[in-house]
Amino acid sequence: MEFREDQVERYSRHIILKEVGGTGQKKLLNARVLVIGAGGLGSPVSMYLAAAGVGTIGIVDMDDVDLSNLQRQILHSTQTVGKPKVHSAFETLTAMNPDVRVIPVTDRLTADNVLDLFRDYDVIVDGSDNFGTRYVVNDAAFFLRKPLVSGSILRFEGQVIVLEGYRETPCYRCLYPEAPPPGLVPSCSEAGVLGVLAGTVGTLQASEVVKLILGIGEPLRDRLLIYDALAMSFRKVRVPKDPNCPLCGKNPLIHTVSGSTDWACSI
Amino acid sequence: MSVLIRIPTPLRPLTNGQNEVQETGGSVQEILDKLTVRYPGIGERLLDEKGDVRRFINIYVNEEDIRFRDGVQTALKEGDELSIIPAIAGGSR
Repeated sequence: MEFREDQVERYSRHIILKEVGGTGQKKLLNARVLVIGAGGLGSPVSMYLAAAGVGTIGIVDMDDVDLSNLQRQILHSTQTVGKPKVHSAFETLTAMNPDVRVIPVTDRLTADNVLDLFRDYDVIVDGSDNFGTRYVVNDAAFFLRKPLVSGSILRFEGQVIVLEGYRETPCYRCLYPEAPPPGLVPSCSEAGVLGVLAGTVGTLQASEVVKLILGIGEPLRDRLLIYDALAMSFRKVRVPKDPNCPLCGKNPLIHTVSGSTDWACSI
Repeated sequence: MSVLIRIPTPLRPLTNGQNEVQETGGSVQEILDKLTVRYPGIGERLLDEKGDVRRFINIYVNEEDIRFRDGVQTALKEGDELSIIPAIAGGSR
């Protein structure tokens, strides 16, 4: 693949980085990334990946744009309120960079369709809004041996980790063995979220995706990054692979993807 | 042992808004017992009916998850930092 003249100019600031170069930029243009959720996290992730020239970006979301989304979901605008989020995302991302093939998916992600949805992608990004989806996404990414860049936010706090349970590194179940039962913790709409927090955490996820595609640096493979916007602190804690993990441990009990992805957003 | 405890934002309403509190204790269990007494309501958020740490909440001593050490019996030394990290799932809506 040769660069067009406009591509040499568009990606010049990447190409002059020796860690990226022409070779790295071609890797980005050939990469296929699936983003779960076209919301607070999916917005900055997909926009930076599109700007970076990631060649194929799938984006999964079944919701329509709501006015209350615009405080943090920068893919969307007042003009796209009421439209499907992934269509609004398609317009924004394609306008940013026509090199990018954007694949909008309005289907609800379920345990039944998740493997087919993931199969054609190199990296999966989780920016979903509920625990059910997080476990389904984790298990599917594990079975298909795809790196999963997970981010989550609530109130003033965010978390980021790269999960590759098919290696000697943890999966989401090693990190959090169980989801909170519904009702024990406040919902997102009750708890609220600082809009710009989504930008911080989503751009951290985008950095990890780009590093994975380029094969550079040290992805957060065995560390959880915790960001506290109020304290303006970034801390990392160690996340070992759990030898007793029912998915990626020594004696796995989970052999297929199952579970509900119904919305139950809790802390 | 004097230990610094980092409180995650969802639990701060129970610690009068404080993001860090200080307690003394020789093990994680002793610290949890003191927190439970000093900040009513925090015990139910952290521990299940049997008194075990809930499985969607991780407690780290410095950088290490106590599940991979000695659980709530994990010993503490002066100056250790204890972080309470709950699973959070927000992102899209």
